[in-house]
Amino acid sequence: MFTSLKNRTPLGWLQLKHDKMKMLTALAGIAFADILMFMQLGFKDALFKTNTQYPRLVNGDIVLLSTQATNFNELYTFPRRRLYQAMDVPGVESAEPVYIGSLKWRNPQTKEKTSMMVVGFDPERPAFNLPEVNRQLDKVKIPDTVLFDRASRGKYEEVIAQVEQGKPLTTESDRTTVTIAGLFEVGASFADDGALMTSDYNFLRLFPRKQQGTVSLGIINLEPGQDLEATRASLNAYLPEDVEAYTHEEYVAKEVTYIQNRSPIGFVFTLGTTMGFIVGIVIVYQVLSTDVNDHMAEYATFKAMGYKNSYLLFVVFEEALILSIAGFIPSTFLAMGLYRLTAAATALPIVLPISRAITVLILTVIMCGVSGAIATRKLQSADPADIF
Amino acid sequence: MVNQQPVIDIHNLNHYFGKGELRKQVLFDINLEIDRGEIILMTGPSGSGKTTLLTLISGLRSPQSGSCKILGKELCGASSAELVQARRKNGYIFQAHNLHHSLTALQNVQMGLEVHGKYSPAEMRDRTTAILEEVGLADRVNYYPDKLSGGQKQRVAIARALVAHPAIVLADEPTAALDSKSGRDVVNIMQKLAREQGSTILLVTHDDRILDIADRIVHMEDGRLVNNSVNQAA
Repeated sequence: MFTSLKNRTPLGWLQLKHDKMKMLTALAGIAFADILMFMQLGFKDALFKTNTQYPRLVNGDIVLLSTQATNFNELYTFPRRRLYQAMDVPGVESAEPVYIGSLKWRNPQTKEKTSMMVVGFDPERPAFNLPEVNRQLDKVKIPDTVLFDRASRGKYEEVIAQVEQGKPLTTESDRTTVTIAGLFEVGASFADDGALMTSDYNFLRLFPRKQQGTVSLGIINLEPGQDLEATRASLNAYLPEDVEAYTHEEYVAKEVTYIQNRSPIGFVFTLGTTMGFIVGIVIVYQVLSTDVNDHMAEYATFKAMGYKNSYLLFVVFEEALILSIAGFIPSTFLAMGLYRLTAAATALPIVLPISRAITVLILTVIMCGVSGAIATRKLQSADPADIF
Repeated sequence: MVNQQPVIDIHNLNHYFGKGELRKQVLFDINLEIDRGEIILMTGPSGSGKTTLLTLISGLRSPQSGSCKILGKELCGASSAELVQARRKNGYIFQAHNLHHSLTALQNVQMGLEVHGKYSPAEMRDRTTAILEEVGLADRVNYYPDKLSGGQKQRVAIARALVAHPAIVLADEPTAALDSKSGRDVVNIMQKLAREQGSTILLVTHDDRILDIADRIVHMEDGRLVNNSVNQAA
């Protein structure tokens, strides 16, 4: 059986090779579907990443959130008193507030107004695992001084160059003059073009209507050797219903789950990927079914010669497999190029990991296989008795 | 199997098309015995049932009633898998050449060997080249059908039918689409190869120019075999 398979005439390949125009059409169709899937999966992944990059960087054992908070971009505030209360719980070493807001500022280079996320915290207690930020915390102790995310979306080359030379730069936000004294790097998200980090004190100066007593996020660190789960449980038992404590790990998982299941954007990209898949099935089916139709008389002849139906099924699936792999390879390279273009244009962290390439390859093979399976239904009508 | 036994042995064969009230009998009480090595021509007007009889003998249709023994194997009531096996013992030549357009002459002929799944690639190549030489196409081995003339294509089809040395060669108007010279060549080649291999030939034709190659001519009319005459010329 194996040797007869190895020695067989590669009929599917010869058929495809013979009609080069048809093969090119098919490959273009598959590449289109593949690139669509690559882009949608890439955007989706970038969405997950950018919406969880700050939660991942939080420098604490336990995170305290308002029970009404849905995700990092929509954190409800809660009273700072809850943090003092948390200090009562045995094992808690510190409970620090983080203030988060969004403001419109003027790009110092282009003078355009864009929206920036502003994060404020006590400079004596670094809230994030960002060494670059933590080294420059002295700078934000000066009034109206901020650190700027150099990976922000928009034209900031001159700003970055100037700050890198050690020359602070000023711009304006809501009639306040803001000084950019240093840089750090995280990246833009779908919600904000970039981020600023500053002290809790400066934060409240930038947002005069926000109060020191209402905070967005509480970062709790435990004394060494404390049981994380147990302390989290006692915090939830002790604190009123308006706040909820999560371990850092749980908090990140909560953010990811929100994006995957609750946010409409996650759904949109999944839908886009599915659309690419279906478009691919339709195109490959068109190509394979016309191919079966064109060869109906030849297939009937093969049946008359004693070839089984399964032999012809094999030919169609052979074609499907060749098409899927031959269409996948160029589309991977195209997708890599498009990812670069997208990353440059949007400042989103969009890259091509091997795992996604494998996912798309598997999807392509399934796509072509399904098309092949539908196309083979026509084979049944290749009746050898009709060709005599 | 004894040599004396007919290669094709048909008794009281009836065949019907359609179902219920539309059921129509197309073959009536056919009796036909053909011995090994015989060349039989079947003539008759179109619609007389010649092709239907050919498809029954070749295992392309399942015989309904009577007896249809091919090479000692009863096809009446045979399963579809048995029919597929039976088809492999025959060589077919069609009115249209029915070559595969994406395959070269060599690859097309090779498909006639590959179906048996018992030849090595080298063996297949040798036998294929040899038979293409015999049909006079040694210099056209790697041509695609589009680049061959009608007569050449039909000769490739003959090579494909005969490459596996079938016991029975079934041909349905193989010369119909050819001019008289190519038609003549084609039948001569069939006759020569079949003689060499000891094959039996059953050939359906309207072509009066080739009647002389027959050992026996049978005539069919309205689903009945009317005269079983031995050809004087043969």
